[in-house]
This record gives sequence, structure tokens and C-alpha cells, in this order.
Amino acid sequence: MIPERDHVALRPEQATIPPGHAWNRIPVIAAVFALVGIAASAILGTANPKQFFFSWLVSFLFFLSLALGALFFVLIQYAAQGGWGIVLRRIGETTFAMLPVMAVLFLPLLLGLHDLYEWSHAEAVAEDPLLQWKAPYLNVPFFVIRAALFFTIWSFIAVLYYRGSRGQDATGDPGISARLRRFAGPAIIVLALTQTFASVDWIMSLTPHWYSTMFGVYFFAGSFVGFIALLSVVAAAMRRAGLLDTVISPEHLHDVGKLLFAFTVFWTYIAFSQFFLIWYANLPEETTWYRARMEGSWMTVSLFLMAGHFAAPFFYLMGRTVKRNGATLAVGGAWLLAMHYLDLYWQVMPTLHPEGLRVSVLDVAAFVAVGGCFVAAASWLMRRQALVPLRDPRLAESLAFENA
Amino acid sequence: MALLVPELPKGPHYGILAEFATPADLYHACQRVRDAGFTRWDAHSPFPVHGLETAMGLRRSPLPWIVLGMGLTGAALGFVLQWWVHASAQPLVISGKPYFAWPAMIPVTFELGVLFAALGAVFGMLALNRLPMHNHPLFRSKVFERVTDDAFFISIESWDPRFDPSATGKLLESLGARSVELLESE
Repeated sequence: MIPERDHVALRPEQATIPPGHAWNRIPVIAAVFALVGIAASAILGTANPKQFFFSWLVSFLFFLSLALGALFFVLIQYAAQGGWGIVLRRIGETTFAMLPVMAVLFLPLLLGLHDLYEWSHAEAVAEDPLLQWKAPYLNVPFFVIRAALFFTIWSFIAVLYYRGSRGQDATGDPGISARLRRFAGPAIIVLALTQTFASVDWIMSLTPHWYSTMFGVYFFAGSFVGFIALLSVVAAAMRRAGLLDTVISPEHLHDVGKLLFAFTVFWTYIAFSQFFLIWYANLPEETTWYRARMEGSWMTVSLFLMAGHFAAPFFYLMGRTVKRNGATLAVGGAWLLAMHYLDLYWQVMPTLHPEGLRVSVLDVAAFVAVGGCFVAAASWLMRRQALVPLRDPRLAESLAFENA
Repeated sequence: MALLVPELPKGPHYGILAEFATPADLYHACQRVRDAGFTRWDAHSPFPVHGLETAMGLRRSPLPWIVLGMGLTGAALGFVLQWWVHASAQPLVISGKPYFAWPAMIPVTFELGVLFAALGAVFGMLALNRLPMHNHPLFRSKVFERVTDDAFFISIESWDPRFDPSATGKLLESLGARSVELLESE
């Protein structure tokens, strides 16, 4: 039996949602939203299945990327033995614990492979030498096997880290932190590879003639900005709701804000580099993807992304005061979450609507359906657990953290 | 403006130097000197003491604004220089692009922005600290040599409105100073 470690920096009742608190109702409210969204998607989707699958894909990718960003956030802190973010780790753990849920939400897409992916049509491949050349990779059975593999690997890592952290709450065994730290380095490599291939399969292969060797890191950059934005919103909302308001301090918010600022710049660097090299070389097989996004109303969206995903948050998040205040930080986070959705929308939708931006009610329905399931499951998990890793060896360090 | 004030006090005395044995003594003494309303003084330690800037009541440095201004200047300069060269002074068709092909100008714009911001940070810091300074009246003190080893100091300069050679010395002694020394001007 593992000996009991009695050094508890925080009592469990300081770090749980108290009975009767408004947050206890979130799972039910979100589940109602999910049901409404699913019903609306089913009813409207039968009339327009192509639009449904594209809308579902965007919303699926949005919430999946938040979960993958959360997994990276927690893994990197284990690998680097980071101390400051321990009080925020349970938010990340709850988010990546949604990866098995995302596997279920992926299933509807399997019904729409023919609506989504040109390479899944035998007759399209038959008259296209390029698609024939890519057929050993881009074919339906292998696509499904890869998807199963991605979700198996992600769920395995997610469950391992979630169970480990919850187990430490119960036993206080510091050996769990050491074991998870040793596994974190290899897990980051596996995550980087699977995330890259998943972005190629699910987004890049929408336009199967086009390729970009930077696409994986582009998807990663967006996913990490997305999760940090979510983290800033959730942490600020918790403090406002009187949960962890003495645990998460302006010092922690400040660091979340710095990460948000830094990875907004990183996303811009990657997004621009991908565009810049293709634009400069001007090779027809590479420029098609950007050509589609530089015409008509898609060009307006492209320019809006430059302003909204880079310029505005860059100057907004630069100052110290904005990052140390929950409300102002959450405004920046919510804005960047919206921009992250728009970024994915901009990557996916021009394949369906090359003529220009066509917002559909199915976009809303799919977002409410996927988001409702995601929020319902995550908030249900939050009710059942401590909101911070109660007996992590570095919890005291994190509680006392101050920016120099 | 810090840059406009004279470098060192005029008058017979430079100020008073008090030596403390531990970082904790220094920290608490700084709080008291701050609360006594002194403005022209400094603390000296062999290593950074966390929270000392709060204990001293230091205002935030204006350096970030210098860096921002320099960074924006550099970026604007880089962009305008390329614009002028490519679109006005020496228009050349390069790989079929328009004269004013703004994406091609982003790398240089970015690099000049970073360069100017970095130069602003380094030289702005030196200027705000009035460095380089080749000598300082504090170096007359023999005990001050230990500031890079194992001793902690507070120096209060004589041009502080609240400075008084005997009263200020007594205050520092009452705060637990190991030694108090009146330093002459050069």
C-alpha cells in the first residue's frame, strides 16, 4: 500500500463545486442544447446532407482541436516539470478527457465521406492521374483505419494522464508525477505525428490535389491558441463564479495571457509562412488553395482573419493590465476562440462553396450539437472531481507563484 | 524625467550608506524607508531579492513603451524603405509580381521591427540606468566591496528632500543596520 502523504496545500472542499452552485446545472443545460442541435442537424441535414457534413466537420474540428491543444498543454508541463500551471491543469485534463467523446462525434462523418472527399469517388480517381498516384494513401479503408488509430492513441494518452492525475488526488503518491513525466516526451512526439496526419486526412485532403508541408504545424498552432483561449475564458469564469477564486490568482491569469499572446504570434508566423512560400514560388498546383480564398467574399474573410486573428489580439494582449484582469483577459480569449472557429471554417468551407461565403443554419446547428455534447460531458466531469490536482507535489509552488 | 536629472548630488555629502546582514533585514528596512517618504535612494544586493521592488515602492519602468515605440518605428521604416525602393525609386518586375508586392516585404518589416525593439530595450535600459558610469561615490566605501559577495545595502542620497545627515543615519540604525556610513561627494 502506498503510504499516505499528509502535506495537503488545499482542502478538497476549497476545490470542488459546492452543492447548490449554479455550475451544477451546466451539464443539463448543455445536454438540452446538444439535443436541440442534434435534432436540428438531423431534420435540416436530410434536406441538405452535403452542407450538414461540412458544417459538422468544422464544428468537430473546432472542439477536437481544443482537446488536442489541452493534451499538449498538460504534456509539455509534465515534460518541463513546470510548476506555475498546476492549479490550471485540471481544466486542461478535463478538456482532453473529451477525446473519447470526440471519437463518437466523429462517427457521423463516416456516413458523409462521399460528400466531403473527392478522392473517395472511384470515378473521379479513374480519370485523374494525381489521385491515382495518391490512392495508396487516400482510400476509404485506410482512411478509416487511420482515424481509428488516431482516436485510439489520443484516448490512450488522455485516459492515462487523466486517471493518473485523479489517482494522485486519492493516494498522494508523488511517483505518479514521475511516471507521467517520463512518458510525456514520447507522448508529445506521438501527438505531433498523429495530429499532423489527422489534419492532412481531415482538412487537407478536402482539396486532394493541393498539399502544404506546413499544414500539420498550422493545425497545431491553431489548436494551441484555441485551447489557451478556452483556458483563459474558463479560468476567468470560474473566478467570477466563486470557484477557485482564492486559488487561481492574477499571476496565473497573467501567464495564461502571455501564452495566448505568444501563440497568437506563433499562429501568425506559421499561417503567413505557409502563404508566403506558396505565393512567392507561384506554382499552379500549390496556389489553387489560396486562389480560392483570395476571390470574392472569401478574400474578405482572409483579410478579416489577418486583422482579427493577429493584429487586434496582438495589440490588445500586449499590455500587462489586460492580462492580469479576468474580465479583460476573457474578452481576448473569447474573441480568439471565435477567430479559431473562423480559421477552421475558412480552411474547410471554400471546398463546398467556392463561389463565396455562404453561412448556413446547419453551421449553427452542428456547432450547438457538437459543442453541447462537449460542454455537457466536460462539466459533468467537473462536478465529479476536484477542480485542481489536490496532491500534486508542485501544488504549493503553483499556489505561491508570482511573476518576477 | 529620469534622464534629465543631474547624475549625482551636489554638496559636501553624497549620502548615507547602511549595511544589512540578511536579505530579510534589507527587505524590511526598504519597506520602512519607503514608508518614511524617501524618494532618492536605492537598495543593493549580490542577487535578486524577490519582491524587493514592491518593498521599495518602485514605479514600473517606462522601458516597455520605449521598446514598443522603437519596434513600431523599425517595422514602419522597413516597410516604407522597401515600398519606396520597389514601387518608386527603382521599379523592377521581379518574378512577375506587382511593384508593390506587400507579402514580399513582411520578412524585412518583421526583422527590422524586432531589431529596433531589441536595440530599444538594450540602450533604453542603459540610458534609464545612466550607464555606462565609470565611477561612483559609493565605491569610496570599504564595506561596499562586499555588495557582490555577502552584504546588503541601502543608500540614501543627500539631495532627497527628507535627507538629514544625523536623523537619516539614526533611522537606518534603528532599522537594524550593521553599520552606517556618511559618504562624501567627489
